[in-house]
Order: sequence, then C-alpha cells, then structure tokens
Amino acid sequence: MSDSKPKVAFYWCSSCGGCEESIVDLGADILKVVAAVDIVYWPVALDFKKKDLEAMPDGSIAVSFINGGIRMSEQEEMAHLLRRKSGLVVAHGACAHLGGIPGLANFWTKSAIFDTVYHKTFSTANPSKAEPLAKSMVDGHELTLPEFWDTVKPLDAVIDVDYYLPGCAPHRDLILNAVTAILEGKLPPKGAVLSPNTSCCDDCDRNETKPEKLTVKEIKRPYEVLLDPKTCFLAQGVICLGPATRGGCGERCIHGNMPCRGCMGPTDQVRDQGAKFLSAFASILEAKDEAEVDRLVDTIVDPAGTFYRFSLPSSILKRKKMEVVR
Amino acid sequence: MSRRITIDPITRLEGHGKIEIFLDDRGDVERAILQVPELRGFEQFAVGRPVEEMPRITPRICGVCPTAHHMAAAKAVDAVFHVEPTSTGRKLRELIYNAFFMEDHTLHFFFLGGPDFVVGPQAPAAERNILGVIGKVGLEIGGKVIKIREDVREIMAFLCGKAIHPVCGLPGGVAKGLDEEHRTKFLETAKDAVVFAEFALQIFDDVVLKNKAYVDVVVGEAYKIKTYYMGMVNARHQVDFYDGDLRVVDPEGREFAKFKPGDYLDHIAEHVEPWTYVKFPFLKKVGWKGFVEGSDSGVYRVAPLARLNAAEGMATPRAQVHHDRMYDVLGGKPVHNTLAFHWARLIEALQAAERMVDLLEDPEITGPDIRRLPTAVPSEGVGIVEAPRGVLVHHYKTDSRGLVTDANLIVATIGNAAAINMSIEKAAKAFIKGGIVSEGLLNMAEMAFRPYDPCHGCGTHAYPGGLPLTIDVLGPDGGLVRRLRRD
Repeated sequence: MSDSKPKVAFYWCSSCGGCEESIVDLGADILKVVAAVDIVYWPVALDFKKKDLEAMPDGSIAVSFINGGIRMSEQEEMAHLLRRKSGLVVAHGACAHLGGIPGLANFWTKSAIFDTVYHKTFSTANPSKAEPLAKSMVDGHELTLPEFWDTVKPLDAVIDVDYYLPGCAPHRDLILNAVTAILEGKLPPKGAVLSPNTSCCDDCDRNETKPEKLTVKEIKRPYEVLLDPKTCFLAQGVICLGPATRGGCGERCIHGNMPCRGCMGPTDQVRDQGAKFLSAFASILEAKDEAEVDRLVDTIVDPAGTFYRFSLPSSILKRKKMEVVR
Repeated sequence: MSRRITIDPITRLEGHGKIEIFLDDRGDVERAILQVPELRGFEQFAVGRPVEEMPRITPRICGVCPTAHHMAAAKAVDAVFHVEPTSTGRKLRELIYNAFFMEDHTLHFFFLGGPDFVVGPQAPAAERNILGVIGKVGLEIGGKVIKIREDVREIMAFLCGKAIHPVCGLPGGVAKGLDEEHRTKFLETAKDAVVFAEFALQIFDDVVLKNKAYVDVVVGEAYKIKTYYMGMVNARHQVDFYDGDLRVVDPEGREFAKFKPGDYLDHIAEHVEPWTYVKFPFLKKVGWKGFVEGSDSGVYRVAPLARLNAAEGMATPRAQVHHDRMYDVLGGKPVHNTLAFHWARLIEALQAAERMVDLLEDPEITGPDIRRLPTAVPSEGVGIVEAPRGVLVHHYKTDSRGLVTDANLIVATIGNAAAINMSIEKAAKAFIKGGIVSEGLLNMAEMAFRPYDPCHGCGTHAYPGGLPLTIDVLGPDGGLVRRLRRD
C-alpha cells in the first residue's frame, strides 16, 4: 500500500529501551515521521518476525536504526540480517555507537558475571548451582537461549555502519534532523556522527566560567560539595567530561546541575574519548611539580570507569585483558 | 505425541521475552514457560564504580522506568553514606517520583493494558491500540492523553535533567531545586493530572464496570491465582511509592511479615533456573516450592494490585474512595484476580496525582536547602522503592572510599516473574484442551501477562501501542501446524 515510501526498520540489541522511548518522546512529531515512511520492522510496536525480515529482498529497507550494543549471539545475527536487508544502517544511541554503560561489563568476563549474578549476589539461593544454559531440558522438552558472550561490542565491530546517532538517549532534535536528512537525501559523508562536531563545553552556558587553568588542590566527587548551579564544574573541582565530549545533547545533565559523563562520545578529531579527557584535564591542571600532579591524579577514583563510562568497548582499550581476569 | 507452541511477543524485560507451551499426549497443556533471553550483568560491572554514580548508571537497566532505578539507587546511596536527605530534598524526590508514577501508570492504561477493555476484548485486533482508544473515547480525549504525558514529563525533565535517565539524585538530597515560577506552573499541571486520573477511572467505570461481559472476564477463574502479596506502606499502612516498610500479606489477606528495607535479605531470596536469564524471587520463610499457588508456596506478587492488597488503604482521599469501591465490587481483600491490576493501577495514578498537588502546595518545596552533605565513612546500604511494576531493591556495599565492592539488584518485574509464568500456564490450560487451540488463546496470552505491565511490555508504551503476537503451533517434527496472528 505504501511501496513508494521509504522502508524503515527499528531494532534493539543489548539496550534498556530508552532509545525506543526517545522515539515515543517525539510526541506529535512521530506522526509526521510515520506519515512519511513505511515502518516494516519494529519489534516493540509491530508484529513482524525474523522470518518476515528474511523474506524481504536484500537492500529493500531504506534505513535501519539499531540501538544497543552487541552482547548476545542473537543480537549479532540480527545485526547481520538487518545489514543485508538495508541500504543504510544508523547506530542509534550511545550503546550502538560506543558500547554504552552496559559496555562497562568489559572490565569482566562471562564467567565472572555469571558467578556474581547466579551465585554470589546476596539474595541468590542456588543450592543446585544452576546457571542459564544455551540448551536445557524441562520435563523432557528442550529449551534454548542465546549465548552470552565475554565482550560487549559496539555495532560497528560486527557490521558496517553508515551513520551514528549519539547520546543516551539521543536528543529529540538530533533524531528529527537525522530522519529529515535521510528523507530529503541530504546525507553527510558516510561514517558521520549526526550531531555538531563541537565540544559539549562550546554550547554550555557555564562556559564563561570555565578556567584557563585549574587551581584546585584536590578533585571533588559530586557528593562532597554543594554544586553551584552557574559555575563550570571543572572550576568547582568536579570531573566533567564536557571538554572531551561532542555537543548537540542539549546539555541536559548540566541543566540538571550535574556534570557531563560523556554519553555523546568524542568529536571527529578524537579516536579515544578517555585518553582525550586525560590530556585535556592534565593540560588545565596547575601543579607546581610532578609530585603534585601525581597527588591530584590519585584523588580521581575509578578513572577508567569514569573517563570510559560510555565508550569502553569502542576505545583503544576495548576490554580488560582476558587472561588477567580470574 | 506432544506438541509445542511458541509465542514470541518480542517484548521487553531485560530484552525480549518468549513463551513456550508444551502439550501432553492428549493435547492438554503440560507446562507453560516464559523465557527471558537476555542478561547484562549490572551487579558485576557496578563493582569498582564510585557509589554516588550508581543513580546515574543503574537507570540504564530500563529506559522506560529509569526514574525507579534512579530513586532506589539514590536511597541506597543515602544509606551507604549514612545521611538523611533534607526535608526539601526528600520532598523534591517524592515530587519527581509521583510525577513519574502518574505518567507511567496512565500511559499504561491508555496505550497498553487499556485497549483490551476500552476498545473491547472482541474488537478487531487492528483497533486494539491507542488509536482505537482515541476512536472510542474521542479525539479530544486522545489529545488530553498526549498533553498530560508531555506536561508531566516536563516536570521530570526540569528537575531530573532528563526524563530518560535522570541525573539529579545525590546522597542527602538532589542537585537542583525548584523556583516559585516553575512551582506555580507545575501545580497547574498537577491539578490537571488529578482531573485526568479521575477521568481515566470514569472511563474504566463506564466501559468496563458497566459491561457485564467485561466484569465476567475480570472475575473469571482463568485469570485468578492465589499468592502472597508484597507492597510498601507508610506508618499508617497506606500505599507509599517512595518510602516506608515492606508489608507482606498471605493469600487470605493476613499480615505475614512487615520489615524495614534494610532487612530484606531475611525475607526475599531468588531461585535460579537453567532455561532463562532472570531469577525468581520468593519468600525465604516459606521457601521455593516451584511454580505453584497457595500459602505453602513462597511465590508472591508485586505491583499495583499487590500494593493495594498489602496495604490497608490509600494515602490520599480521592484514591481512597476508589480503593473502597474496588474492594466492594470484587469482594474484599485480598483480590486475586490478575485483571484487577488494571483497576488498581488507575487508583494509584490518582494517588500519585494527588500527592503531586500536596507536594507542590507545600511551601518547603521551593526551599534552598536541597541537600545535606554526608560526613560519615561510606559502608553499606539498601534502597527500596515501589517501581510502577513492583518492589525494587538496590543494595550496595563499598570500601571506605565509597567504591562499590558488591551490588545486589532485585528488579521490579522479576518480582512477578514466577507469577507471570503461572498466570500464563493457568490461562493456557483454560483455553487449550484436547489439542484444540482456540482463537481465544491470543487474548489469553496477552491478557494473562499484560496486567503485570511487565517491563518487557513497557517498551510497548510506544506508538502505535498494542502488543502484537504470533502464536505458532508446531507439530512433533517442528513443522508449522497452525499460525494465529494478531497485529
């Protein structure tokens, strides 16, 4: 009935549903999107199965928006299938773009995670030492589950990705701009992140209070100080990832009077967001000597989990070395 | 010759959900199982993180109910740092939380659970969604639904930074206060929310309660299981979403236990099965006896009906009127009819809206003292809130620097995981006999689990609503015997 309209698919991998909610939060604008496209696959809302998708001609979907990182075998299979069926693939949201917060699991392995979740957690009562299995029998019937892997990967580690829609969850304007650009064929070069290539600080209304040099004697954690609602967090001695993070998010966390944690990922010039933050941070630290620098850096607890909060799987590090983890 | 029925609604919990129904040689239901094929492992990767970051990390468990995880985490972090929020800080958190409840609950009724009733169980499947609801109740009302959601989410976005994944909660209070200008504006929204919640209850009354056929469905045996119920109550044993003691009633409605959040490990344990990635919580003092009903089984239920069953009443006057009416109609406490979760949910939405008004009329809500700085050495703490989908537990242990060494999470929907399996199995047994799979199975499947608003359904709050289902009946060779489909 709507062959002339471009076909669009939405899919979720290892994600929380927030990216789906970001579509719902378009409110009345979602109606415009729905009028302009033919949504052929959206498991949260429409009844099309994997079989239906397999039956479509290759390349027949104009664009697939895939959110979530790749954590389970089934998710990688679906990513490959959607890639084959789609002209364009957009990595939707921080998890597909960078790995996201669930990517912090790359500090661990499958066995460590299973050990904690199914054996060691305080409320677990598991005398038979059961664990979820890819194949199990219940009353003589076989049941199957997808495999849980050691490592979370961003979408582009398993398939070719055309564009990235950043943020956790992406700002509504970015989503609308992306859809409009695709519908009008005004596409940026392949591989582009669909948000301005500026830093979060450039757009921040606290930017004027950002110091050239930090003269703090120690780094403060957000709970240790009453946060001033108008002053740059770095000027308050509080870690804010703004300098290493792409803008376009609407600075919503800052407006909530909390520092940036980097969900938009780095700007185009930067390969590794965490390394970029460290160098930016070191350059504004005003310390008398190396010992003082060391002392200041020591006051940063959990540097890896903070600087790579959203981007560990897509960073140079990718994960903790397997053989180290026991 | 046994057969297998696979229902793959592709909906959300920590990912997707799949139902398998096994038939015995006579073609009767032997077993029905809901599998959740995903895990992310938050309890492991929380380890090593600064504990005050947990309110910003754990919302990614669920993007539809991130506010619940944010608040449970914020309360757990208060406990870890041994600090009580200031009075204004606490009231702002409660305001955010009640706004979230009102928005989430109303949305469920109109977008997800409600279409079954409002449009009608027999209506064409294509109309059983939010658009069908608008068609039935009128465009003007449909517009009201969209507007109230936007207005209430604006309150959340203002105070939390983002409605999806809030950032405001810190030990001892919140990061951002409320000014008079916004208080005045939000109070109008809150008053609209009360009117809207009453109006939603009126629709339930007109469309469901005045129609005998619907009432028969609500009270039918296929949708009834007798379990324990758990819910949070205030000092007067009234329903409270944000704070209080946990109260458990037995299948006869008698108080079985009452405990402080910090004592939850004396009362709740989780069972592990090899065929799903979720665990099954049960009452420790009764024990895990499998997927069975009754007072000898530790299975309990959570979420709206469970909260009303576990409490003696509502905390606000208008909601109390509706509470009394529901129990009059359904024969007193406890109500075991799973479909009554829908009714209870609307009564709770009204309480949440009334609480929003109370809080926004409280002069302290605009106070400057929004946070108390912790001074004690961090150690261990438990935070429990009622998520829209039930009791939600966050428990963290830290080293002396406040870095997490252990985390334990009992996520709300999982509180009903065993009961959802049992509800599906019971309804399947009522609708599948002698190998005959009636069309009613389609309604059965969704109506048996929708009342719980399981988080694997919460994604279905999405436009255009409705929960699509396909049921494949496979022969012993795995070939497709019959496909039932509802779009």
